[in-house]
Amino acid sequence: MLEIKDLHVKVAGKEILKGIDLSINDGEVHAVMGPNGSGKTTLAQVLAGRVTYEVTGGTARFEGKDLLAMKPEDRAREGVFMAFQYPVEIPGVSNAYFLKAAVNAIRKYHGREEIDAMDFVTLVQDKAKLLGLDETFMKRGLNEGFSGGEKKKNEVFQMAVLEPKLCVLDETDSGLDIDALRVVANGINAMRSPKRAMLVVTHYQRLLDYVVPDFVHVLVDGKIVKSGDADLARNLEKHGYGWILEETPRPPQAARA
Amino acid sequence: MVSKSVIQEQMAKQEYKYGFVSDLDEDTAPKGLNEDIVRLISRKKNEPEWFLEWRLRAYRHWLTMKEPKWSNVTYPPINYQDIIYYAAPKPKKPVNSLDDVDPEIRNLYAKLGIPLQEQERLAGVAVDAVLDSVSVATTFKDRLAELGIIFCSFSEAVQEHPDLVRKYLGTVVPFNDNFFAGLNSAVFSDGSFAYVPPGVRCPMELSTYFRINAQDTGQFERTLIIADEGAYVSYLEGCTAPIRDTNQLHAAVVELIALDNAEIKYSTIQNWYPGDKNGKGGIYNFVTKRGKALGANSKVSWTQVETGSAITWKYPSCILQGDNSVGEFYSVALVNNYQQADTGTKMLHIGKNTRSTIISKGISAGYGRNTYRGRVQIHKGATNARNYSQCDSLLIGSTCAAFTFPDIQVQEPTAQMEHEASTSKIGEEQLFYCQARGITPEDATNMIVNGFCKQVFLKLPMEFAVEAQKLIGVSLNLEGTVG
Repeated sequence: MLEIKDLHVKVAGKEILKGIDLSINDGEVHAVMGPNGSGKTTLAQVLAGRVTYEVTGGTARFEGKDLLAMKPEDRAREGVFMAFQYPVEIPGVSNAYFLKAAVNAIRKYHGREEIDAMDFVTLVQDKAKLLGLDETFMKRGLNEGFSGGEKKKNEVFQMAVLEPKLCVLDETDSGLDIDALRVVANGINAMRSPKRAMLVVTHYQRLLDYVVPDFVHVLVDGKIVKSGDADLARNLEKHGYGWILEETPRPPQAARA
Repeated sequence: MVSKSVIQEQMAKQEYKYGFVSDLDEDTAPKGLNEDIVRLISRKKNEPEWFLEWRLRAYRHWLTMKEPKWSNVTYPPINYQDIIYYAAPKPKKPVNSLDDVDPEIRNLYAKLGIPLQEQERLAGVAVDAVLDSVSVATTFKDRLAELGIIFCSFSEAVQEHPDLVRKYLGTVVPFNDNFFAGLNSAVFSDGSFAYVPPGVRCPMELSTYFRINAQDTGQFERTLIIADEGAYVSYLEGCTAPIRDTNQLHAAVVELIALDNAEIKYSTIQNWYPGDKNGKGGIYNFVTKRGKALGANSKVSWTQVETGSAITWKYPSCILQGDNSVGEFYSVALVNNYQQADTGTKMLHIGKNTRSTIISKGISAGYGRNTYRGRVQIHKGATNARNYSQCDSLLIGSTCAAFTFPDIQVQEPTAQMEHEASTSKIGEEQLFYCQARGITPEDATNMIVNGFCKQVFLKLPMEFAVEAQKLIGVSLNLEGTVG
């Protein structure tokens, strides 16, 4: 589904990703872990098409198509979804209105008619229940005055409604208490399917206790330095990132400047 | 920066879809202004002597006045002798019904999408259409007449209801009020008049559609609305003008009078030609609008959506004279390209327990300059007066500007005043978030702006709210937003 080859990315002139290779097949859940500043968020953002992230080399193909050549909105319409680490607020635009606009933009792209108002309500109600969101939630301004937990739930809720092919989750567990973490993880797990792939970017193991990945990759200083299965994440939790760094030859100092 | 260009792209050249010119045979006065022109206008309108006298007094006073310079807008000096003060489309025969209206005029209104015929019955809108300076057709008059409601052109009111006109004309905006009001009083050639008798709730929205057609004409219309005791009326005003290279002056006066327990709701969508993307041409919209909540428990409510005009200078205000009277001002003002707006309101609290609310939303894009100017005055004796003001500015891009000049004067210790203000900017982060959900930056901008304006749009009558939303999209020229 997603094929990343030798991806290099600069942010504000500084190279953050220094040659990423990653291959994700249908139905797989991949976790990318790594210390702060290793480039996890950059990877997520560049897949979603953030313009401030400059691709300086390499390729990323999504279902055979050149993902990096697509506009961000077209990536979303093709089925790439990123759950933001810091979702923005848009006052005065209700969650329902925003989500309906998104649903219709995607449907239109695929040559389908706009969603019927009643169908939309039904669709939304089922998914909202899954994440424990009540009806007033839909009427509130998009993320307006939401707590950190509510914002993250909203991301997963949007993901559930939009039913993307590839879910990129950027630190969706950060800032969640244990109850909210469980709700969010349930929401993510409910979306696992043989036809859908996930890329879960996280700093901590704890989300992966609930959302058990098929593959774990450790990102250090813009490169994947180790890949393995779910056990790798548990070892990381036990020993810290230092354990990987000791095992792995450090890149030359000059590259860290 | 790529992100910046995404935003700027959306604000590219302005499309003004009402910029056609109708080829009408106009009955036009020579350029310039003097007493003879004032007399000519009065004669054309077949006005009584007292009315001419009033105009002449206004004219003579105007000569002593100076154009105000305090507003936060800049424009080259206006040559008042280079303007045509009267232009009427020549009717082929007297206008008795809609069928008699010049087909060319009706085509023009059709292009504007004004429902002058059967549809309007369904829409429940009674339209008094003012083309240049003469009201061409007033619909629904008969149905309204059954309820005792008078809704007609100003000229007709002068002929048919001189007592009402004489009693209320200039009582809210006297001719010596300001320079533009003085000019209007001297030369206005038509406008709308509405009177709702005691206890009557006007069953439909009354509506006037103004349009400036002839070149180099000033449009000086005058609106007078009176809600008698316990009456209610909602009035809609919409405006457009064709594209011209030169600037045109529009100096209107609107007076509202609400007696005991009466309520007047006045909504405007102003979409005058704003000039091209380089700032050439466009309407100078210098308007005096004021409502007097004269009676106890009366209410005057202004809602305006200002997207057009090269320059807007306008402060729909409320004089809260009656005890327990209420004044409201809800405004969205959008400037793009080189448009300038200096708009806001005045709330003058005179009666006891008077309340006022001000919600102002300013949107600036391109090189636009948007100023909110508001005055809240609590006079001595206006015990327990309350005001709530909220002024929000939204900036799109980095070349526009927003200003806020609130002026609060309180002479009554029991007054309660609240003022809130905010400035925000549509950021790359917001746009990217929407894009990551499949929404284009154009649609996203439109959505964010509409969300920003929502508080005000909710105050508009339903069909106007839809139009306002579309208009905002068109004014920002966001491709593919409408539809």
